[in-house]
Amino acid sequence: MKARVVVTLKTGVLDPQGKAIEGALRSLSIAGIGSVRQGKVFDVEIDGEDRDSARKTLNEACERLLANTIVENYSVEIA
Amino acid sequence: MKSAVILFPGSNREQDAARALRAASGAAPAIVWHAEPDLPPGTDLVVLPGGFSYGDYLRCGAIAARSPAMRAVARHAERGGLVLGICNGFQILCEAGLLPGVLMRNANRRFLCRMQHVRVENAGTPFTRGYAEGQVARFAIAHGEGNFEADDATIEAIEDAGQIAFRYCDASGRVDQAANPNGSQRNIAGVFNSRFNVLGLMPHPENLIDPLVGGIDGRPLFEALAG
Repeated sequence: MKARVVVTLKTGVLDPQGKAIEGALRSLSIAGIGSVRQGKVFDVEIDGEDRDSARKTLNEACERLLANTIVENYSVEIA
Repeated sequence: MKSAVILFPGSNREQDAARALRAASGAAPAIVWHAEPDLPPGTDLVVLPGGFSYGDYLRCGAIAARSPAMRAVARHAERGGLVLGICNGFQILCEAGLLPGVLMRNANRRFLCRMQHVRVENAGTPFTRGYAEGQVARFAIAHGEGNFEADDATIEAIEDAGQIAFRYCDASGRVDQAANPNGSQRNIAGVFNSRFNVLGLMPHPENLIDPLVGGIDGRPLFEALAG
């Protein structure tokens, strides 16, 4: 089973990388972009077909490693 | 004092830490590979050195914080043993939950490698008793992710409990935004845990132990630990 975990910075947390990307887009004259926040995507292959247990596993993976919940939020999508 | 320096893949300041410990205590620390499940028996002090453990993959310190040796370090801290994390070691301690907060990318997006003044905020601990409260020390800094952040309640709590060890300041000891190199909340350069047996700091006191290489402001920290 395939799943995707998305980790993003919480609102209000300063994102210098996002700001740098924002500046680079501006220098490319790509118009109409208000702001950029950078996050991370993890594509995960899960054993078995039980969606509830997959969700539980991924939530634990996020809480214990993939996200630092002091400054990051995470979401889990199961295909 | 029996000390151990934990070596992670990508650590690069372990010999600096070992040299400072040897100079202060007369004994060389054990160098412990991160895959070791236990510390050498009788270890009093664990030092997590600077560097780029695991190439800063995922988040700086995140993967090192989950290594077998760090489980032993957590048990050591739980028993009241001393733990000092310098630079990447500080990031690892935050990621391991042994210290509050998190170290984010420097607000100005620059990797900083230079000298920096810090003010000693709490001199009543095993780490800082060789300094006077309010003393200004000159340490080296070398980091891209030293911007200390925590939620407001945590910041208030560590402030009230005296857990702020060092703040970035200017040569006269003034703490303000002009003297803040990386955007850290309240100019925080180092913090203790609530029991004051774990210290993490971004600057490198281990590089300031010899007048030949820029000063000796780091010596009191290692000498206090050596007893």
